[in-house]
Amino acid sequence: MRQPVLKVRDLSVHFRVDAGRLFRHDYRTVRAVDGVSFDVMPAETLGIVGESGCGKSTLARALLGLVSAQGGSISWLGEELVGLGEETMRGKRREIQMIFQDPSGSLDPRMTVGEIVAEPLKTFYPSMSRLQIRERVQGMMQMVGLLPDQINRYPHEFSGGQCQRIGIARALVVNPRLVVCDEPVSALDVSIQAQIVNLLKDLQKKLQLSLIFIAHDLSVVRHVSDRVMVMYLGKLMELADRDSIYLSPRHPYTRALIESVPIPDPVLERERARRVLDGDIPSPLDPPPGCVFHSRCPHARDACQAEVPAVETLEDGAQVACLFHRELAAHGPAVQSPDQGSGVADSSSVSETDSSSPEPR
Amino acid sequence: MNESERDAFDQALDTRVIQGRSLWVDAWHRLLKNRAALASLLVLVVMVALVIIGPMMSDWDHEIPDWDNYSTPPSLETGHLFGTDALGRDLFVRTLIGGRISLLVGIVATLVSLLIGISYGAIAGYFGGRVDNLMMRFVDGIYAMPFMFFVIVLMVIFGRNIFLIFVAIGAVNWLDMARIVRGQTLSLKNKPFVEAARACGATEMQIIRRHIVPNLLGVVIVYVTLTIPQVILIESFLSFLGLGVQEPLTSWGALVNEGAQELETAPWSLLFPAGFLAATLFAFNFLGDGLRDALDPKDRV
Repeated sequence: MRQPVLKVRDLSVHFRVDAGRLFRHDYRTVRAVDGVSFDVMPAETLGIVGESGCGKSTLARALLGLVSAQGGSISWLGEELVGLGEETMRGKRREIQMIFQDPSGSLDPRMTVGEIVAEPLKTFYPSMSRLQIRERVQGMMQMVGLLPDQINRYPHEFSGGQCQRIGIARALVVNPRLVVCDEPVSALDVSIQAQIVNLLKDLQKKLQLSLIFIAHDLSVVRHVSDRVMVMYLGKLMELADRDSIYLSPRHPYTRALIESVPIPDPVLERERARRVLDGDIPSPLDPPPGCVFHSRCPHARDACQAEVPAVETLEDGAQVACLFHRELAAHGPAVQSPDQGSGVADSSSVSETDSSSPEPR
Repeated sequence: MNESERDAFDQALDTRVIQGRSLWVDAWHRLLKNRAALASLLVLVVMVALVIIGPMMSDWDHEIPDWDNYSTPPSLETGHLFGTDALGRDLFVRTLIGGRISLLVGIVATLVSLLIGISYGAIAGYFGGRVDNLMMRFVDGIYAMPFMFFVIVLMVIFGRNIFLIFVAIGAVNWLDMARIVRGQTLSLKNKPFVEAARACGATEMQIIRRHIVPNLLGVVIVYVTLTIPQVILIESFLSFLGLGVQEPLTSWGALVNEGAQELETAPWSLLFPAGFLAATLFAFNFLGDGLRDALDPKDRV
């Protein structure tokens, strides 16, 4: 049995916000991440999906210690990260790196590509010579599909996809064990998304990386993930193997999410029975009592308002937080999910056009 | 293509490293296209060169009177290009020497305020919260002090001294700089690349040095070009009131003061220093405008 590299138990990240008006404070707590537990295995990809504001990004930041967790534990290779001092935590970031959502925004516009990719090297290996750094940076650039002779260019001279490649190079240059990808492709074109996702998969295979892949695009997550975790209002709804999530979702929220994925075929799309969730995601300042999803759940009952469903681990290892998931599985209609991921094609069918030299400006 | 040629070609391909155009280079090219800014830049370069070299080239000295010519108008015959003042001192040399002092005060005081203002503002803005509150309330406190009163007190305690002018002006001007820098830092520190740097393991001070300050420089440079004329003007104002530089040393403000008293009998003693002062202020202001346009990212096509 392989040991997980990352064990997260009952993690909570709360923010105190001031909802008061002028001169009157009214401090309230936003439970951005509330009691979430999961493991990440070596060289595995864990997908995390959920609507905007469900705490995906906060969870990612908490793993790197960019926001501090209020409760629970993050155990990295057996070492506890919650409550670690700033100095020690900084050292851990050599092993846990992050790829950001905004490809060009996460690159300092005043730095060259070489300087950007070299930054983690300079902080973690201050004794490295300039030549060594340059060689490593150029090797890394080649690995992510950038031309090494672009080392002196600036981020604004690159397209979004190339900027994300720079971001990937920066994350991988220090040989991390785990890379947290916070919506790495949601700001990119669909065709470029495929390239970046496939690049990440290739690099994962080559470097034996563990990935946490956060997205709100279900088809992308399906393409990359081994297991998928579904979050809603800071809580874990369901965590299961990819196929189990997509083919036999147990939680009504997961089901609704999967049904909302459009099928790229107008005839099928029209015939599909689809229940769209009513309303918006409730304010995390004021989450509903009981099961947080009951206010929008098509199967909600009285018990759902009264009782917070515990996360239940099933025979096949899947985890579900729903009081009635067994009944729903028995009666519920089979999910019509698009079999082919709509957003992302397989690696074989996509030609890597983005890796050619940048268009002149 | 034969074998060796192809090898050379491949080698050239391998070793070629594309030199990117930084935002600075882009801004510089935009600035050169702005005629007013370019002309101002030339005026300033000429002015600085003149002020440095001019007094050395002249036969006259700014202290020693020409006993034969009191209050003579500009003339080539006497060799006094700008005429002489009431004490017979050559006005050309005095204007340039005055320019040295005025520009020196402008640049040094601005640099002092720049240094203090950037570090103070960046730290206050970046750390935010209580630190920010404390630091900025201190700034507000100093702001509330009447400037002239402050200068007069300094003069009374330490006597008239050119360094006091640097100190007095610098002490007031860094406040503005600190406020501007703080505001910029507040918006910069939430940019994704700052968080990315933190994820890369950079310390807070490294982030300020590597990411915050370089990204502030655009705004700061514009502000500097607008501060220098302001400082020159403050110095002139102090000199005009008799609180500035001391005779026989002079500055544009002091010269304008003297010239204003002899306006009816010797108008040239006002016109030349005033013209130099005005030209310099104009040039700085136009350059500042040009730089602001050149560095403004919203203008970028």
